[in-house]
Amino acid sequence: MPRRLPKVDVVIVGVGWGGGIIASELTKQGMTVVGLERGKERKTEDYFMVHDELRYALRYELMQDLSKETITFRSNTRIRALPMRSYGSFLLGTGLGGAGVHWNGQTFRFLPYDFEIRSKTIERYGEKKIPEGMTIQDWGITYDQLEPYYDRFEKLCGISGEENPLAGKRSSPYPTPPMKQTPAMKMFAEAAKKLKLHPYMMPSANLSQQYTNPDGVSRAACQYCGYCERFGCEYGAKADPVVTVIPVAKKTGKFEIRTHSHVRRILHTGNKATGVLYTDVTTGEEFEQPADIVVLTSYVFNNARLLLLSKLGRPYDPATGRGVIGKNYAYQVIRGGATGFFEDKEFNLYAGAGSLGMTLDDYNGDNFDHSDLKFLHGASISLSQTGQRPIANNPVPSGTPNWGKEYKAASLKYFNRALGVGAQGASMPFRHHFLDLDPTYRDVFGDPLMRITFDFEEQDRQLAAFTADKCGQILKEMGATHIDVRRELGPYDITPYQSTHNTGGVIMGASPDTSAVNNYLQMWDVENLFVVGASAFPHNSGYNPTDTVGALAYRAAEGIAKYAKGNGGLLV
Amino acid sequence: MAQTNEGQEQAVSRRKFLKNSGLVLGGLVVGGVAGSLLRTQAPPPPAAAPAPADFNQALMYFSPEQFRVVDAATERIFPEDENGPGARTLGAAYFIDHQLAGDWGFNARDYMQGPFYPGEATQGYQGRLRRREIFDIGIQEMNNYSTTKYGKRFYELEADQQDAVLKAFEADEVKLTTISASGFFKMLRASTMEGVYADPLYGGNKNMDGWRLKNYPGNQMAYTQVIEQDQFVKMEPKSLRDHQHG
Repeated sequence: MPRRLPKVDVVIVGVGWGGGIIASELTKQGMTVVGLERGKERKTEDYFMVHDELRYALRYELMQDLSKETITFRSNTRIRALPMRSYGSFLLGTGLGGAGVHWNGQTFRFLPYDFEIRSKTIERYGEKKIPEGMTIQDWGITYDQLEPYYDRFEKLCGISGEENPLAGKRSSPYPTPPMKQTPAMKMFAEAAKKLKLHPYMMPSANLSQQYTNPDGVSRAACQYCGYCERFGCEYGAKADPVVTVIPVAKKTGKFEIRTHSHVRRILHTGNKATGVLYTDVTTGEEFEQPADIVVLTSYVFNNARLLLLSKLGRPYDPATGRGVIGKNYAYQVIRGGATGFFEDKEFNLYAGAGSLGMTLDDYNGDNFDHSDLKFLHGASISLSQTGQRPIANNPVPSGTPNWGKEYKAASLKYFNRALGVGAQGASMPFRHHFLDLDPTYRDVFGDPLMRITFDFEEQDRQLAAFTADKCGQILKEMGATHIDVRRELGPYDITPYQSTHNTGGVIMGASPDTSAVNNYLQMWDVENLFVVGASAFPHNSGYNPTDTVGALAYRAAEGIAKYAKGNGGLLV
Repeated sequence: MAQTNEGQEQAVSRRKFLKNSGLVLGGLVVGGVAGSLLRTQAPPPPAAAPAPADFNQALMYFSPEQFRVVDAATERIFPEDENGPGARTLGAAYFIDHQLAGDWGFNARDYMQGPFYPGEATQGYQGRLRRREIFDIGIQEMNNYSTTKYGKRFYELEADQQDAVLKAFEADEVKLTTISASGFFKMLRASTMEGVYADPLYGGNKNMDGWRLKNYPGNQMAYTQVIEQDQFVKMEPKSLRDHQHG
């Protein structure tokens, strides 16, 4: 029998951005919150030896231990799903701060088009524009409704940026000025302007200058050390939950974090959650933590998986299109880009920051006419200078051998002479892309793994070819002497790293028929259960997801407080 | 036109930066770096003594025979040339040996539970063998193939013959039953590059000479003085050992 603990107001599952924001907002209002985190404690001192490419970037120091739990993958329902035995396509975070520790800090808002994608697409192009099987739907919230929450998350982080001329309206400017500009970024901006495009400085959580946020947390400016993505920040300059919301919540005395606490089930009676069952992984002991409100704030896969394991909500069935848990899994189309080689110029590419770059949105969302195109949405196009580390970065012109004397000479020559212009493509949901429980493979506790059924579609191939050409044009204008354009997307392959922007599975919307949560991320079927994260995205946009995750977490925190003070029931 | 950064890199010294950085929340230090990482005493100056023996260059996993094969193969993958040292001088084979002796060699953090089924290429590696076992088989097969084709073991062949053997593995022209020849080659190539460029603490990239080949400065605390510069800034690399003991 699990040991039953005293009841608390709120229990949150996973202490990353979502959990940290919910905890800080609710404890400030006097509620008691317990945060259960399966991984270990983290603090800035841990990163004293962080400039270690092998340990952090190639051996995945900060990531989930796959020997204990992974996901399985198949490209369609006709083949057997097999486990992701080693990391490749995406990296799963764990530990205090979650994936919020090893992100790059690129903090984009989604476009107004995103939130009303179905209505606006039909309005401009007619319903026939949406291909058979593509399950895009409106989010049940508009950009204008979400804007105040974006503003709050950006002020929490101190985002450094400048106005994007093609984005939704902002209620206030970015809290800090943009990051410094490198020569390569200037070349990109000049080339883009010559092509009549609209470049702007990538919005950054790395901090261009010292900043004190509305909670009174001060952080130092970024030092451009070049170790950001996959690494923790030894300066605390990169906004992450451990140096922002978590200490704020702890200071109230109302927030208790229990690390090494792996939640295995949500407990429920009737249509209400009553708490969670978790295992202390250091002792193996099981605990029951009762709570008035349960909030799932783990990564996309575990949010959906916990619901399915706990038999909560209606599982999605791709055969009928009915049910909602596991629906609209989406990803990112990242491979349609180009690399330019510059014979006559060397760049200081070892220097950089996770969110140092120049971006344009002329080919993102519905900012351009899709009438004659065979895809919807688009991509942000960026030149970023995240700090080029030596093991993983060996760009050579196509046709160069992959090893040996010629390879060595070319890889040394071009290490500081190659620039990438990349497209971060939106990912549209399809009826046959979904998450469910794997029938064969199990985690260390014996519970079924999450199974992903996903592949790239014609939509994605068309999009990648289109954006790759645009990236190539910009590099040509920048004066590259040789350009490799990657137009071919191929099938979705789980082995090469692409993006840790997995979305969907517990999506938000205006109706319980087509969505799992309402626009406060409250479950339609279980009113005291909130599910926070990119799991709520009905599709993925042509941007990094964290700003939208943060905004939705603030929105959910408001909803939870409202629910706790009211007489129960659905908030929408 | 390259220039050096002498006199610039100290513009924001780590100590000064940490003293000035305020990771403070209403008087509560949240970052913790400032307190714990600052040393109150300067470390003693390095004594002028002859370079000590490199105790790291001893085998943890490979047999001497296996080491000879891997050492020769890494050197063909990343050969010494007019640009500078190759994988052999940089200690890449020792790096691979040491890696195989630990977590990576055992696939300790990979999902290695069955059942094992062959899958699509897009589903990734699905074998039951661990990296150290794949190396054992791969090395043996390199010698077998070399002996069959040229009558000598791999490390006894001429450079162009060694290249031919490696190409045969890379292209799966060598037919193996227990492992994939190209999968083994891919791992050998990737770990060679790691041995050339990982921080010297792992046994490769000896004296940071791998980094020097491509003007990579290693572990530096700040590039605020470099980031906007139009000219390439060349600087003497620093290692994690420098960071801890410097």
